Amino acid sequence: MKKIIRGKCYVVGDNIDTDQIIPAQYLTYNPAILEERKMFGRFAMNGLPDKSRGLPLGNIPFVKEGSEKSEYTILIAGKNFGCGSSREHASICLQESGIEGCIAEFYSRIFFRNSVNGGYLIPFETEVRLIDKVKTGDELEINLERHEMKDLTTGKVFPLKPIGEVLPIIEAGDVFKYAKEQGMMPS
Amino acid sequence: MGMTLTEKILARHAGKSRVEAGENIWVDVDVLMTHDVCGPGTIGIFKEHFGKNARVWNREKVVIIPDHYIFTADEKAHRNVDILREFVKEQNLPYYYDVGGEKYKGVCHIALPEEGHTRPGEILFGTDSHTCTAGAFGEFATGIGNTDAGFILGTGKLWVKVPATMRFVFEGKLPPYLMAKDLILWIIGDIGVDGAVYRAMEFAGEGVESLNIEERMTLCNMVIEAGGKNGVIEPDDVTIRFVKSKTSKPFEVVKNDSDAHYHSERVYKTSALEPVVAKPHSPDNRALVREVEGTPLTRAYIGSCTGGKITDFLAAAKILKGRTVKIDTFIVPATTEVDHKLDQEKVGGQTLREIFVKAGAKIGDASCAACLGGPKDTFGRLNSTEVCISSTNRNFPGRMGSKEAQVYLASPYTVAASAVEGKITDPRKFL
Repeated sequence: MKKIIRGKCYVVGDNIDTDQIIPAQYLTYNPAILEERKMFGRFAMNGLPDKSRGLPLGNIPFVKEGSEKSEYTILIAGKNFGCGSSREHASICLQESGIEGCIAEFYSRIFFRNSVNGGYLIPFETEVRLIDKVKTGDELEINLERHEMKDLTTGKVFPLKPIGEVLPIIEAGDVFKYAKEQGMMPS
Repeated sequence: MGMTLTEKILARHAGKSRVEAGENIWVDVDVLMTHDVCGPGTIGIFKEHFGKNARVWNREKVVIIPDHYIFTADEKAHRNVDILREFVKEQNLPYYYDVGGEKYKGVCHIALPEEGHTRPGEILFGTDSHTCTAGAFGEFATGIGNTDAGFILGTGKLWVKVPATMRFVFEGKLPPYLMAKDLILWIIGDIGVDGAVYRAMEFAGEGVESLNIEERMTLCNMVIEAGGKNGVIEPDDVTIRFVKSKTSKPFEVVKNDSDAHYHSERVYKTSALEPVVAKPHSPDNRALVREVEGTPLTRAYIGSCTGGKITDFLAAAKILKGRTVKIDTFIVPATTEVDHKLDQEKVGGQTLREIFVKAGAKIGDASCAACLGGPKDTFGRLNSTEVCISSTNRNFPGRMGSKEAQVYLASPYTVAASAVEGKITDPRKFL
């Protein structure tokens, strides 16, 4: 497991639901087929209204037209990120686009589970309202062991909550590897 | 100290005498449901981790209901149903409701109880956030992703965190102009779309007891719109009679202990409540209908797991009978059984179908249809800048198609009244 995640961040607001993360019209692609899975990267965050695309300014594309990868590595969100539908495509599209870590005030339960159990990205939480403190395009560094995030653009450091009870699953890689370690599944 | 109904069900399925809110436990699963949108991904994960020739843990406990993208020309949507079909054949699964045949049902959350798959005291997981609907039958039911579903297919187990229970009590029977949809929109307006994250929401009181089983389903259906993990209603005669009419499988009724501990309790007097809408673009953006009365609309939509049951259409028919709609009005029965009942149920001597056709509404085929937008050719999809009033569940930007469109959520009464006037209208005008 990576202890340091570094890269540019993309900032979104509160209650971003899974229809905004990956609109339903793209759910006909099957994530179990490699060629189709890539399409989720292309359409990640495609449902955001223009003013919500990359705060504070808005109108910033998360993935450039025609590309399957985002230039952003870290997603910063407000409250209740990933609410709405249970579609795992939401976690998958962020991973496919190149997101490695997300920091939100808190997550919707299903998005959090999907991200952890599927091993797609690490859902960090913080008590700080980061969406008012960092800007889309800032270079950030998340230090997993020190539970902190440093904004390399401004030099400010922010505390993160310890990952807590799901850490063993994140360390194992996903829920299947964890279950094998626990002897619940044959390895 | 005692346990809530949700805690008791989880404890029993974890082989424990008691559990407490916040505890992480492994539970045995009674039913796993999946559909055409998340089934192919789930099957892929199952095969990846358990092997190409793996068998599901228990073929009697897997239910597959294609319902999302059925009536579309989208080839990948059809391919996804083919993947389900092939898996069902390979695993010899008895509970599959195939497209294009007599077994086809439509919306999974309504099909599950119709086919006897929802039973008190059980644990149901489904790859759809509205799986929480089945809490109306006194069971623990919640939505999960493909990974969790793939894990269950192989092991029959899942880890869950025991949720604390928020209790919502409705005192007094419902006035004739209110529906369960008004009650749940009222609650979500109070606690917000994140007001119940990681918690159970339990509904009780005379107002809930006096609801029929479908209205109880509407209440539990929308707990996810407040972030709730599961919605639940203690089973009573109404529940047990319904379940026994659908299945001969044995089940055990679980009730709250009298000294159970709740996270919180809110009490509502139903006589003090009024018809409400959730304005764009959030289910918690509540307003009284009379506060937004007259807002111009271009479309009305009645359908989905939330608002496409026969109770919903009976309500709409009461208002639409002998009247015509002023805006495009789409009617989508949740299931083929509901569709069939449109020809059987009558209001004032006319069948519901006759009433809707005469009113000028368009009637679609049983499926999820435009509730979640879907492929561009989906029946009723909002493809542009429509302003729609809808009996569905969610109105975040782009939910029903275009992110330029606006969606007001409301009860079938309010949707029908607004369709007649072409603007948001209090249903009390017609009731």
